[in-house]
Amino acid sequence: MGNLQHHSPTTLRVNGKPRTLTVDHRRVLLDLLREDLDLTGAKKGCDHGQCGACTVLVDGRRVNSCLLFAVALDGCEVTTVEGLSGDGEEPHPLQRAFLERDAFQCGYCTPGQICSAAGVLAEAAAGHPSHVTAPAAPSGEPVPLDREEIRERLSGNLCRCGAYPRIAEAVEDVIS
Amino acid sequence: MTGSVGAPAERREGREKVGGTARYAAEFHSPGRAQAWPVPSTVARGRVTGVDTAAALEMPGVLTVLTHENAPRLAEPDDPTLVLLQDARVPHRGWFVALVVAETLEAARAGAAAVRVAYDAEEHDVTLTASHPGVYVPEDANGGHPALREQGDPDGAFGSSAARVDVAYRVPPLHNHPMEPHTSTARWEDGRLILHTSSQGTGAVRAALAGLFGLPEERIVVTAEHVGGGFGSKGTPRPDVVLAAMAAHETGRPVTVALPRRCLPAVVGHRAPTLHRLRLGADTDGRLASLVHEVTTHTSRIKEFVEQAAVPARVMYAAPNSRTVHRVAALDVPSPSWMRAPGEAPGMYALESAMDELATELGMDPVELRIRNEPGVEPDSGRPFSSRHLVECLREGARRFGWAGRDPRPGVRREGPLLLGTGVSAATYPVMVGPSTATARALPDGSFLVRINATDIGTGARTVLAQVGADALGVPLERVLIEVGSTELPSAPLAGGSSGTASWGWAVHEACAGLAGRLAGHAGPLPAQGLEVRADTTGAADSESEFARHAFGAHFAEVAVDTVTGEVRVGRLLGVYAAGRILNARTARSQFVGGMTMGLGMALTEGSTMDAAFGDFTESDLASYHVPVHADVAGIEAHWLDEEDSRLNPMGSKGIGEIGIVGTAAAIGNAVHHATGVRLRELPLTPDRVLTGLLDRWT
Amino acid sequence: MKEFAYVRAGSVEEATSAYASRTGARYLGGGTNLVDLMKLGVEAPAALIDVTRLPLDSVEELPGGALRIGAMVRNSDLAAHPLVRHRYPALSQAVLAGASGQLRNAATTGGNLLQRTRCPYFQDLSKPCNKREPGSGCGARDGVHRDHAVLGHSAHCIATHPSDMAVALTALDGRVELVGPEGARSVAAADFHRLPGDRPEQDTEIRPGELVTGVVLPAATAGLSSAYRKARDRASYAFALASVAVVLRLEDGVIGHAGLAFGALAHRPWRARRAEEALLGAAPTRAAFEHAVDLELAAAQPLRDNAYKVPLARNLAVDVLSRLTDAALTGRAS
Repeated sequence: MGNLQHHSPTTLRVNGKPRTLTVDHRRVLLDLLREDLDLTGAKKGCDHGQCGACTVLVDGRRVNSCLLFAVALDGCEVTTVEGLSGDGEEPHPLQRAFLERDAFQCGYCTPGQICSAAGVLAEAAAGHPSHVTAPAAPSGEPVPLDREEIRERLSGNLCRCGAYPRIAEAVEDVIS
Repeated sequence: MTGSVGAPAERREGREKVGGTARYAAEFHSPGRAQAWPVPSTVARGRVTGVDTAAALEMPGVLTVLTHENAPRLAEPDDPTLVLLQDARVPHRGWFVALVVAETLEAARAGAAAVRVAYDAEEHDVTLTASHPGVYVPEDANGGHPALREQGDPDGAFGSSAARVDVAYRVPPLHNHPMEPHTSTARWEDGRLILHTSSQGTGAVRAALAGLFGLPEERIVVTAEHVGGGFGSKGTPRPDVVLAAMAAHETGRPVTVALPRRCLPAVVGHRAPTLHRLRLGADTDGRLASLVHEVTTHTSRIKEFVEQAAVPARVMYAAPNSRTVHRVAALDVPSPSWMRAPGEAPGMYALESAMDELATELGMDPVELRIRNEPGVEPDSGRPFSSRHLVECLREGARRFGWAGRDPRPGVRREGPLLLGTGVSAATYPVMVGPSTATARALPDGSFLVRINATDIGTGARTVLAQVGADALGVPLERVLIEVGSTELPSAPLAGGSSGTASWGWAVHEACAGLAGRLAGHAGPLPAQGLEVRADTTGAADSESEFARHAFGAHFAEVAVDTVTGEVRVGRLLGVYAAGRILNARTARSQFVGGMTMGLGMALTEGSTMDAAFGDFTESDLASYHVPVHADVAGIEAHWLDEEDSRLNPMGSKGIGEIGIVGTAAAIGNAVHHATGVRLRELPLTPDRVLTGLLDRWT
Repeated sequence: MKEFAYVRAGSVEEATSAYASRTGARYLGGGTNLVDLMKLGVEAPAALIDVTRLPLDSVEELPGGALRIGAMVRNSDLAAHPLVRHRYPALSQAVLAGASGQLRNAATTGGNLLQRTRCPYFQDLSKPCNKREPGSGCGARDGVHRDHAVLGHSAHCIATHPSDMAVALTALDGRVELVGPEGARSVAAADFHRLPGDRPEQDTEIRPGELVTGVVLPAATAGLSSAYRKARDRASYAFALASVAVVLRLEDGVIGHAGLAFGALAHRPWRARRAEEALLGAAPTRAAFEHAVDLELAAAQPLRDNAYKVPLARNLAVDVLSRLTDAALTGRAS
């Protein structure tokens, strides 16, 4: 499997299943998911952390999988859009809301938007502020997500088809 | 009729898209699939004098490096941008001069970085000015429009007009940047070429490949099942198609070429910069006597593409004297191409901004000024409109927006540090339609299969065509199955020019209506293979119409300009459209809003800079080329009139994919003027420009 | 991207000795900029020393009220920390004004400080850049430089530092803690980043092998308020065109303490010492703010296409100073 100096065995739990691979140190999580595990839900839009299409959850937090070397994630839990709803056949509430609101067109940014939205809900529940949260808002308490909060927090996910209003509505549907 | 058409039917591929299982062009794995990475030229003009591939070839995992010295010879294509790795010339910076094929993405990228290319560089010229000595008037602009049209005596009429506006605008280069970069996966099997690609039309891809590789079309299969946006930049094959086919041919392996984002501005087309000069002459009642729209733009050395930005001025307003002209300079720049509403988007920015300036000059309401210049027939051609309803769009928009009673004075509405304003613009986009084929088959289980090589680039084509088919068959929507996105299907034109649904829908309608007729006359059970009818709209869809056919619309914008920073925020953007019959209320709304969002980007955030010294677009990635983000997009509303027009196609539909971007930038710019009193005539309205304008005016 | 060795460090000592034992090593934090630059070929380390699992991931109050922020604290956690939000709002606001939620979840405090300029010429290997390749020239000076420096630039480099966070740390009198082969030391945040001079390849005062282990903020004494404001090309997820962090305390109706730093104007967060001096002891009036800020910005040397940055920075600073004093005078929390 290539030069040992440049490859390492790495174990990740992906969508609940342990996966052990010998990875080229240069392999980023996005490429590992797409090329090695055939989990192509996470998309490559820019490969440089500038578009958000590759967003997945690592240990429950949303991240750009194109900027994370897989080897550095040994032992981490990764959830992709394919695993968002667990083992069930039923889609995740966010996925259902995106469908109902027609919150996408070409679909390429959609998995990233959905994973990002899942991260947003968790962050707000944990009391993480955003750029538009009032500085005086109490720490440690869930931050109510109004439209402005949703828009700001999802701004790391570009959508060139312009589905933004529908995406914000879909996220609101899940909150309420 | 069961009334599927018009219903807000859910996207048929929606589950796959939200679940992450919809496959795009890079996502067709097959054993032994290799990855390829292009090497862009680093000079803007010259010749490759040597390519040293030794270091790359020594790298683990690198399979081969294709250059102009070893790449397969291709036949001359119609499109010069596809003459890849065939000779040593470099027509612009970023032109591909090599392709590294490797086992993995990492090896391909490393290999590409290790290729050393030597050039004989020549002086280049990439700077467009209105007075560039190389500027000429071409025969045609994009779309086959004559570059120059003149009616009456525009200069004389302008000179004797009571109210005059003589202004210049500039729209910078813009980039389509669909979220999915241009990507193709190719493999050769027994002399057949099988290609998955991200394209707006696989038929054109197959035709190009057949020509380039000297293959009969029957031996090429091109599919584009899901396409991550295109906005014009995937309307014809781009370099990834040719490179993937060549690399697969040379290595005997399936090969994926997914173009790196930073490469796109140079090789997939861009909206060329346009320099506009507008002269409007009117009487004191606001009636236009003269309309002159002169556009100067650039094209590359290898391909003449002329953004037809003066063409909408031939459609919009009654002016007895007019001149619309396009001038172009061939520079050492990347080849421009289609970007959402080529011509109309930049042209209507300029025209609709100038109309606003004329309204200010006259002290007239800008909605009223437009209504006053409503033509009876298409001004340039003299043809009657099949339908128009621009006035109705303006009135309905004004009503919904709350335009009545607007204080026209600029720069008088303050909320703390914010200056507030509103603006309006008209919109137009031509109705285009092309011939298409389709089949419809009745199956013994009671379902119907419609097959057509339409492409769903996110418009909802699958869904809408099934609706059209269901109504023509007179059956419930869920009984209609549909297959699109492959050259194995009945041939059909591309998804572009807002013509897809009209062209495909016509053929689907004909096939399904024909099938319904056959079934009405059919007794007994269906044969096992079902009953099929094929339709071909050649001769009907492409027949000359005696009518001028266009969609129209009106855009209203409300902005807040921060006097501290010059930042502009669009609080509200409202569009009303007359676009024929709306076939799916749900997906149509998404398209209108999407177009308006791109228009918002054109107004405020998008633009790139041609670097004079290096000859490339400086803003080549998504961190520096600012497409709007969620936070930029507050209230966007799209509405439409129930427009009936029987002179279009059997569905009575006009295209809707592009009109949303047309005029939006003008509405926003006009609102910025209303807010601040500052007239900025160069896009985008970024804080540096706005703040500088505010300082000039207010201090 | 070239192949590289990978070492996961379990302790600071392990990290620095792993670094010392390899040529071409780099520390890997959140990777949000380093991985990006490796993909571009701007960085080509032979080895990455992964420091993300070092026990430097907490924010703790020190005796006397100072605050230590571990170098591995993720930007999102830093911005959400109650002590940061309430005592150093400028820092929380600055972090939240930068990048995206995803990037802030990955980016670390140390890595944020060490991120490199987004100058397009620096990022493009095919163009000259004295920062990337000393002696090759500067493509930006006569090129596209709307986003570049107006203060402290040199003939060799006109790049700006892109961090929002570092601007707040500078205004807040933070200190950067370092551990290296020669032991531990600390450097004032205001001095941590350099001006380009004739050595633009050196972004900071960090020495070879040194690892940022944390940042310490002095105790936020009673009445100290702070805020950060940034102007950018779109409403979110864009680097600053200009930004300002202001730290202020009013004493008996005059300014008793002023910390002022600008972002996106220079090769480093620009500590506005002249403005601070002018503010100290002055009554908090708009005229005083304008006077002080103008004194500072008199040193600006705009380039062909970025003169707008001077009035933009002026407006931002005057606006934030005004807001902070208004809030202080009306007794509202900042």
